[in-house]
Amino acid sequence: MSFQPLHFYQTGTFTIGNRLLAEEDLSVQSDIERTNSLNSGHRACQGCGEALGARFAIDAAMKAARGRLIAANATGCLEVFSTPYPETSWQIPWIHSLFGNTAAVATGIAAAIKVKRQKGEMGDVRVVAQGGDGGTTDIGFGCLSGMFERNDDVLYICYDNGGYMNTGVQRSSATPPAARTATTMPVGPEPGNAFGQGKFVPAIAMAHEIPYVATATVAGLHDLEYKVTKAMGMRGARYIHILVPCPLGWGSASQDTIRLARLAKETGIFPVFEAEHGEVTGVLKIRRQQPVEEYLRLQKRYAHLFGKTPAVETIARLQAAADKNIRKYGLLDQEAN
Amino acid sequence: MLKQTEGSHAVAEAVALCRPEVICAYPISPQTHIVEGLGEMVKAGEVANCEFINVESEFAAMSVAIGSSATGARTYTATASQGLLFMVEAVFNASGLGLPIVMTVANRAIGAPINIWNDHSDSLSQRDCGWIQLFAETNQEALDLHIQAFKLAEEVSLPVMVCMDGFILTHAYERVDVPTQEQVDAFLPPYEPRQVLDPTQPVSIGAMVGPEAFSEVRYLAHAKQMQALERIPQLAEQFKEVFGRDSGGLTHSYLTDDAETIVVAMGSVLGTIKDTVDEMRAAGDKIGVLGITSYRPFPIDSVRAALQNAQRVVVLEKSLAVGIGGILSTDVRMAMSGLQLHGHTVVAGLGGRAITRKSLRALFAQAARGELGHLTFLDLDWNVVNKQLERERTTRRSGPAAESMLRDVGVIAARIG
Repeated sequence: MSFQPLHFYQTGTFTIGNRLLAEEDLSVQSDIERTNSLNSGHRACQGCGEALGARFAIDAAMKAARGRLIAANATGCLEVFSTPYPETSWQIPWIHSLFGNTAAVATGIAAAIKVKRQKGEMGDVRVVAQGGDGGTTDIGFGCLSGMFERNDDVLYICYDNGGYMNTGVQRSSATPPAARTATTMPVGPEPGNAFGQGKFVPAIAMAHEIPYVATATVAGLHDLEYKVTKAMGMRGARYIHILVPCPLGWGSASQDTIRLARLAKETGIFPVFEAEHGEVTGVLKIRRQQPVEEYLRLQKRYAHLFGKTPAVETIARLQAAADKNIRKYGLLDQEAN
Repeated sequence: MLKQTEGSHAVAEAVALCRPEVICAYPISPQTHIVEGLGEMVKAGEVANCEFINVESEFAAMSVAIGSSATGARTYTATASQGLLFMVEAVFNASGLGLPIVMTVANRAIGAPINIWNDHSDSLSQRDCGWIQLFAETNQEALDLHIQAFKLAEEVSLPVMVCMDGFILTHAYERVDVPTQEQVDAFLPPYEPRQVLDPTQPVSIGAMVGPEAFSEVRYLAHAKQMQALERIPQLAEQFKEVFGRDSGGLTHSYLTDDAETIVVAMGSVLGTIKDTVDEMRAAGDKIGVLGITSYRPFPIDSVRAALQNAQRVVVLEKSLAVGIGGILSTDVRMAMSGLQLHGHTVVAGLGGRAITRKSLRALFAQAARGELGHLTFLDLDWNVVNKQLERERTTRRSGPAAESMLRDVGVIAARIG
């Protein structure tokens, strides 16, 4: 009979075993009382980062809201894989309207709750809006910005997998440079997605000076829960942007989802931080800095960079972008290096 | 209470009396005065328990309305023209989800060329979007229809557009009878949603529906409009009992019983048509008018009943189905199927072109003589049209058409008659 030796520390993860934590620091997911808001049985791909991120985020929000939560959901993978009716994975009141209006729908829900509370017809129910990067940074951006500037009482969560994966992996404004998508093919003199384009919506969210903005990855699920819980403790417009690797779109092995999310953070490609009222208040430092190549090599969307003649210049540009993030957000402790 | 007030303000007062809970506002002429009025009333505390939200687009306005209505709040917004087109995806979504939102459409032309004046192109472009569309003839009817609209919408769980002519009604000061809160409360009960986002009874709303049930779900939308067809006259009756006046219903007939010629139209132009008909009746012409209040659902039976004894029908509409002729005409012709009578489509009043009694009288006389064609563009300036057509025949780079035609019209173009 095979057995697995027990370790308190998972090798190379810096993750402390849950059992060693104090009661109040235990993860929401490890709680027997967790709500399973996005229940099992849905149809996400094996290794889907979005399904993992959504489960942790919404369960944490549910705990913070004491079970009184309504979710609005943009069109996209999360919507499609969770509700192939008559089956639904959602154990909370949930509405899908359109691709580009989720923030506005959530505003409407929050407004209705406010009035219903005034009338004594409803308790303190909270609102979460969620969408992918296409539904957030592109088509839903107008509604998102409107919700931010009005400071509506909504937590918006973006699950960023860097492209339109539900429609077959096309480029979005969150697709990183050099990445192959179905609309940025690795052909021509500049293969893959162009440099000098795209937008980092957490920074734009901060420019609205809303109460809370945070980034997270599915490699730091405890950090994600902490940020969702913190956001739920505040009122007004809040934004959490979660990097969620997509095995289908990234051309990565399904067991590498968390590894890739961690590498995105450890290379500096994806800065993990939190900000209040437009100012960065906390940064998740890089524990053991990795070269971007380690991150890129695991993904077929960058395979064209590692052909017979490696695209050294392109890799250097991607490294420079990561280094810029490290400087800009102070991702490295000076003494640690 | 009798008041001399602007159409938009009368509507704002009516909406306020309906105890709305969420109002979304985005400015677009000629609808703006309505939401301005409501915004002031909410801010001043005259409308209790109501959230007034200044959104960033019409698309957001309808989307916020979807969210609030799905959370059980009585929800209102208003729009017009480009604004209605900008929100179209959400307009279809609201009806598809069966959310009883009420929206005023201050009817206005659609560009290009950009034009802020009245015609019916905007809401008629949404003919098949699944919303109920009610057309007001006067400011009093606009006010009354809003009160009926909330009740109708909530009973059948469908959204309702109350359409009123931009500027002609929205900006006209007329006498209106503004009801009391007690009257409105007696007519309009609190909203009891069929579906609601409620943590105590969680449901998923807006799931994907495949070929296995899509037809049935869509058919249900049709069935609900057919229910509305039954309810609209009943609501008009109930309304009369409480408020003491005729308003709403499916159609309004005027002197149609013995009419050989019947003019069919919607909205404020019915007043001008009735004045013209009075003149012609005085001269011995057997002419009548059928006003259509409910454009969706379209009252085929009552239109047919009103028209069946006539010899000819003139559909005068402020809209153009490019490539065929009339939009309203298509539906009226369907109601006339099998009847032996002549049908004429008259496109009139596009982009605010005034529809005068003089022009109408000549038109109706022409129809009575059997000289009116299948499709007529009332008061069309053929010189300007032909000049442009000639320019395009002879010059490849003939330039932007609208601007060339405006140059031909000249600086006196400010005339709208």
